[in-house]
Amino acid sequence: MRYRLVALLSLIAWLAAPAAGHAAPPARSPEVARALADLTGDDADRREAAVTVLGQTRDPKWIRFLGALRDGSVYTRTKAGATELVVGGAKATRGDQDVIDIAGAYDQEPLGTVALTDLKEVPADRRLRLAIKPFLDADETKAQLANPDAAVRLGAAVKLGNQADPAAVPTIEEALRKETDRWVRHALTETLGLIRLAHGSGDERTDAARTLGAIHSAAARDALGRLAADASASPAEREAATHAIRRLERWSLLTTTVETLFQGASLASILLLMALGLAIVFGLMGVINMAHGELMALGAYATFVVQNWFRAAWPDRIDFYFVAALPISFLVAAAVGLVLERGVIRFLYGRPLETLLLTWGASLIIQQGLRLWFGAANVDVSSPSWLSGGFPVMVGVTLPYNRVFIIGLATVSVAATYWLLFRTSAGLRIRAVTQNRAMSSCLGVRAGVVDATTFAFGAGLAGLAGCALTQIGNVGPSLGQNYIVDSFMVVVTGGVGKLAGTILAAAGLGGLTKGIEPALGAVFGKVAILVGVILFLQRRPAGLFATRGRNAEA
Amino acid sequence: MPRREALAVGLAAFVLVVVLPLCNALPADGPFSVSNFTLNLFGKFLAYAILALGLDLLWGYAGVLSLGHGVFFGLGAYAMGMHLMLEIGAKSVYQSALPDFMVWNQVTALPLFWQPFQSGAFTLAAIVLVPALFGLAFGYLAFRSRIRGVYFSIITQALALSVWLVFNRNEMNLGGTNGLADFKTIFGFPLNQPVTQRGLYVVTAVTLVVAYLVCRWITLTRAGKVLVAIRDSETRVLFSGYSPAAYKLFVFVVSAILAGLAGALYAPQVGIVTPAKIGVLPSIEMVVWVAAGGRGTLYGSVIGAVGVNWIQSWLTTSYPDLWLLFLGGLFMGAVLFFPDGVVGALGRLIARARRLLAGPRGRASLETPHLSRATHGGSRPPRSEQ
Repeated sequence: MRYRLVALLSLIAWLAAPAAGHAAPPARSPEVARALADLTGDDADRREAAVTVLGQTRDPKWIRFLGALRDGSVYTRTKAGATELVVGGAKATRGDQDVIDIAGAYDQEPLGTVALTDLKEVPADRRLRLAIKPFLDADETKAQLANPDAAVRLGAAVKLGNQADPAAVPTIEEALRKETDRWVRHALTETLGLIRLAHGSGDERTDAARTLGAIHSAAARDALGRLAADASASPAEREAATHAIRRLERWSLLTTTVETLFQGASLASILLLMALGLAIVFGLMGVINMAHGELMALGAYATFVVQNWFRAAWPDRIDFYFVAALPISFLVAAAVGLVLERGVIRFLYGRPLETLLLTWGASLIIQQGLRLWFGAANVDVSSPSWLSGGFPVMVGVTLPYNRVFIIGLATVSVAATYWLLFRTSAGLRIRAVTQNRAMSSCLGVRAGVVDATTFAFGAGLAGLAGCALTQIGNVGPSLGQNYIVDSFMVVVTGGVGKLAGTILAAAGLGGLTKGIEPALGAVFGKVAILVGVILFLQRRPAGLFATRGRNAEA
Repeated sequence: MPRREALAVGLAAFVLVVVLPLCNALPADGPFSVSNFTLNLFGKFLAYAILALGLDLLWGYAGVLSLGHGVFFGLGAYAMGMHLMLEIGAKSVYQSALPDFMVWNQVTALPLFWQPFQSGAFTLAAIVLVPALFGLAFGYLAFRSRIRGVYFSIITQALALSVWLVFNRNEMNLGGTNGLADFKTIFGFPLNQPVTQRGLYVVTAVTLVVAYLVCRWITLTRAGKVLVAIRDSETRVLFSGYSPAAYKLFVFVVSAILAGLAGALYAPQVGIVTPAKIGVLPSIEMVVWVAAGGRGTLYGSVIGAVGVNWIQSWLTTSYPDLWLLFLGGLFMGAVLFFPDGVVGALGRLIARARRLLAGPRGRASLETPHLSRATHGGSRPPRSEQ
């Protein structure tokens, strides 16, 4: 009990210390001496209190000593009748004796090498280690605030904000003076505001509430709410808190909107990546490729295999595996698509329902093949470091790099497809066969070759989509099944023959899904989308951009 | 109905309805005895065959490929399952009048839409009406706006996916992923008694025979002719003054009712109803029964449903890894090599054998255009029309 009192008193003394102008306690104050003596004793309570005393000196040397204590390299030795604490260093074997380099507990001056048997280890049990941890962590956080990497500084600032430890205020203020990065400054200001809101005086709290409102700190929402409802707070404080909350709410409306828009764009680009190949093949050949999802799964597994190659062959270039995986997954899926088209599908042109069943059969075989080859469990595809993390655009909104990447990939794919279809002679042939197969054949276009290359291209796009999906979802044998119906909906809504329809349908369905998901939940959102599509088809039975005139289905 | 077919149907009906249950009633060690397990398995197959009949009517005759018939099967099965759940009463694990999963989900009162299923008569009506009304609403929207061909197939597949998603949710109070199970009695008869199971089997077999006769009757009427005409050229039918949408809607509703009946007969015989029977894969599997058996023949779909499921129950126990490969191969094979299914392939084989037996002189007289029918004429229009 008495020791707790001592610890409490020293805590108060130390809390008062910053006010008294940073008067650090002397290295060997009586409390510290007593703490060191307690540490070698057997009483667990007293040892814990001793750790607290040492930690609260905030003296880097004592902190280092506590670190050594936690690692079990603090020893006692008896020298000239007095017990002394030392820190052990490198161990060695000399003759038949184990020896160890030792150093002083506080200043680490070398004390020579002694036999291990002359020393007694100061044990650090779990309870003691737990007592040590906060001090080491605080020290580490402080070091992190000076780290050259802004992300590390940001992490440390956020951590301090969560702890809301008033003792950290001087550290934060100092860091804030030196900080140049916008987001770290924001986090530090937020942390400071949170601490002042919790522990500050009345004026400080009013100020803090204003600041937190001005910087749109979502983390302060609860604390501000408590302050606004606190009957013991002054009217000025409560007024400031209420005002800040109002600002936060307005801001969160804005961030939610931006976030929904971004998520919608992200989903739309995923749908577009998947539906692009499907739509081209459907438009050209009237083939509904039910194996499209499995071609995506093949692309995803190709990415997995490429990753493993890199891991085995160039472990230091592992970040670049994804760059190699993009073309490889395209080629793998395109090759399988080519085999599928030349092998079976070409016998069934003009019979869309039959090709639908045929490709479904192919999809089952590919899927089961993947399951037998790679196992039924999901495989692990890691993100390259340049795709993890995010890109903060405003307070409360961070755009993940992988999503931004997928939006970019979808844009590039659409642009490339447009270029291929409208700027190359191959594209001209594809469009000719799409419009009128018989006439094109008469004019010397080899429709079979066009079919094969187009199907392979569509399959390749599926592989590319699969490669991109590894960055945002699980990779397993049934990957394709999870997405296939959605991409069909895009094709059906978009209509046949015009890429613009597919793009518009993907954007519409993606945006709509994300727009209604918060209100209805994922499942009922999906159902609502289906009902919406059916009702939409009432108005336009052949999708957004139907083929009209002579080419329309008789 | 041609005389040969009438004879074959009568024989098959006699075997399925009378002989098999009699063999099951024999002492178990006799040479002709059929075990309870086998009879139960057959009951399941015949329930599937009822569904396949409807699907054949829809696809083989009207040329409308539905990839969502699992939904109607599920509606019938759940309607029956709900009644069976309520029949359990307080004999359940939690000894509450509510079904176990509701107690588990902390539902305190029976949800409103469960209430009427306490009545057996309402349940029997619901088994027919719920799939019929749902099919009517969906079909009306789809056919009215002339969604056809692959568009229709894809929309029905999306329907299967969304209904599956909804039935999986616990808050729908339909048992979530686990579905409905642990049935004890059906209309008072204990389900664990072989006699009850035999009775259920007979009901299933009789339903199948009646369903077959009804479907055959439909194909022989004028409406049946219009259906085939729609399959072969919908636009021409439209121009001739018929409303293809109305005919398609009619046959879609008939097939939905048959699917619902199949589900309702399936539930008590298998003893469990889960959303796994509704989704995308089971729905498209139903299509392959018809494709493998032979489309546009009715009897082919029955043979296909029983045959494919027989193989499935054997493969999934003996070689579980191979089942999906086999199913995929069956899809591809049925489309590529047996476009008219087992029935068509057999027919061709028999015709060839006859020609060989008849010798060179008899050939000319026997060369009749056989089953190769208009099945493909319709689904293989000139390419430019696509």
